[in-house]
Amino acid sequence: MYKIILAIRYLLKRRIAYFAVFAVALCVFIAFVVMTVMTGLVRDFRQKNHRFAGDCVVGTESLVGFTHYEDFVEILEQQDFVEGVSAVIKSYALVTPDGMEDNYGLEMMGIDPAMHSIATGFGRSLHHRKDDVAKAFAPVYDPNLPGFIVGIDRWLMRDSEGKYTYRSRPSIASLMVTCFPLTAKGALAKVGAGLVNTKTFYFSDTSHSGLARVDSSMIYLSFDQAQMLCGMGEPVKRTNAIHISFKPDVKLEAGCGRVASLWRSFKQEKADQKYADLLEKVTVQSWKNSRRVFIAAMEKEQTMMTAMFVLVGITTVFIVFVVSYMIISHKSKDIGILKSIGVSNANVMLLFLGFSFLVGFLGSVIGTVGGWRFLVHINGIEKWLYDKFDYQPLWDRTIFAIDEIPNTIDYKVLGIIILLAIAACLAGALLPCRQAAKQKPIETLQVSQL
Amino acid sequence: MNNGDFILKAEGIYKSYRMGATDVEVLKGVDLCVKKSDYVAIVGASGSGKSTLLHILGALDRPDKGVVAFTGRDLSRYGSGELNRFRNKMVGFVFQFYHLLDELNVLENVFLPTMVSKGIFGWFSCRRRAEKRAGELLEQLGLGERANHKPYQLSGGERQRVAIGRALMNEPSVLLADEPTGNLDSATGNGILKVFEELNQAGQTIVMVSHDERVAQRAGRIVTLTDGKIRRT
Repeated sequence: MYKIILAIRYLLKRRIAYFAVFAVALCVFIAFVVMTVMTGLVRDFRQKNHRFAGDCVVGTESLVGFTHYEDFVEILEQQDFVEGVSAVIKSYALVTPDGMEDNYGLEMMGIDPAMHSIATGFGRSLHHRKDDVAKAFAPVYDPNLPGFIVGIDRWLMRDSEGKYTYRSRPSIASLMVTCFPLTAKGALAKVGAGLVNTKTFYFSDTSHSGLARVDSSMIYLSFDQAQMLCGMGEPVKRTNAIHISFKPDVKLEAGCGRVASLWRSFKQEKADQKYADLLEKVTVQSWKNSRRVFIAAMEKEQTMMTAMFVLVGITTVFIVFVVSYMIISHKSKDIGILKSIGVSNANVMLLFLGFSFLVGFLGSVIGTVGGWRFLVHINGIEKWLYDKFDYQPLWDRTIFAIDEIPNTIDYKVLGIIILLAIAACLAGALLPCRQAAKQKPIETLQVSQL
Repeated sequence: MNNGDFILKAEGIYKSYRMGATDVEVLKGVDLCVKKSDYVAIVGASGSGKSTLLHILGALDRPDKGVVAFTGRDLSRYGSGELNRFRNKMVGFVFQFYHLLDELNVLENVFLPTMVSKGIFGWFSCRRRAEKRAGELLEQLGLGERANHKPYQLSGGERQRVAIGRALMNEPSVLLADEPTGNLDSATGNGILKVFEELNQAGQTIVMVSHDERVAQRAGRIVTLTDGKIRRT
């Protein structure tokens, strides 16, 4: 009991201890705020990638694609663990706006919007046809025209708050889309082979996936049109990928494993058929692996942030070390007194470790409360700074695909930060505490030491 | 008289300290016996080793050579836990500079040795008793009104009486006092010595160190330490 009482009194009576508490509180505050925002960004980014890709992707990097996909789609549709299946053409297109001579290159996806919306979150990314996804490629001003959907950042500008200004009804606009048809062997289809590789499409809708790269460089066409433009409809039908979503109770790894197993059997079954070699290049990946190259960059940033906070933690350890050292130096007389009335070395050590624990705990509480208050108001603070001082928002919404700064508290991360802060305080105090425990009472109680 | 008749017995105590490059031999074969209810004053010049001897008797320090026995048992055979219990329950120290904890009030300083000997739950079960005993001790020492004061609010004599209260809290077998009046004026010092006399009359064994012969005269027996040896008892 005396250890608790003395540790609390040392903390309250020594002003230097307040500095240590303040340092810990500041570290916890910074770590809490930045990690919450960073974790929120990464989580948000992962969710958007998940929505974009579905649960599992069977596909190839090759623009040539693979054959027999219809048979495999049929097999997948019969599986009880599969929710939705969508075959997708993935290629590149040269786009020329109506009445202009300039053109630009875009990534192109050919999809069946109804099927793709079951397999992925595509339907929710639409604006005009959100509630009638099957008609996504039917322009509202003339449903008979062949429509295109375009990544929102290609079509609309964000305002400073990150909001898009939609028209209630889209105006008529058309694009001439040119693709590069490839044969099943991978060569450019010969001119005069009867292939159509250029066609005019009319604006139908925008897609807001929340992924900056996708929203700024993607054009979506109907599966059949895209297949035709890429020369993948004749003589044998080909596609580039099959996106799959699983039933809610199916675990990702288990689902992907079952799809991979089905694919292996399917591949063996088709081994003796024409163009079976194209199936060899097909991989079965979970959405995480399929989007790894994009997610990894974000996760690397988070790792770097974590590494930076380890450095902050080391600074805290050093501050607590210095403060503990100073306090223990001032309290050598007390150590002598305590030992003279029978306090053991271990208990002297525990007393000062208790003091350091209190520094860590109190600092963590203050830092957490401060951080929590700050996070609750973070978007308001950012807006206020912008309104009052024309301060450039932390994340320029014209660049970053976020609506608000993420401020959902991850209690696991918060718990880890608090535990690390307390552990850092204990680590910083360990050496001075050991020194305190080793002090001989007769040395500290000598007249010359007073 | 055999070993068991003495509450404290020191035989052939040697102790030296390293001062720079040389060893300074402070105690050179000290023998001392203290019986129950003795009031012994150890006198000697400054640096004669009085305090060192007292620290060795109270197990705050270890001799280089020799044996200190408490009720016939060699202190060097005590484990560290036993030594802590010995310092907590068997002896009570009173220092020249009082050595009170500034963060605790007078009452807390007095019952500190009891609190130290208990765990959290043990302390809660005996807290009232300990507070009552500490309050009674403070009343006896004339500090009943000062229980909630902090040490810095007390005079030197009052602080020393608080230190005596703390030393007596666990009813130790021996009270060890190191220059208890050394930092006090004559009148206040006399008050402290009067307290010691009363305690001794009540049966308390006291070993006191002083450089002042007049202070030592108040004890029942005087031991003179010269050149690291007992010259006269």
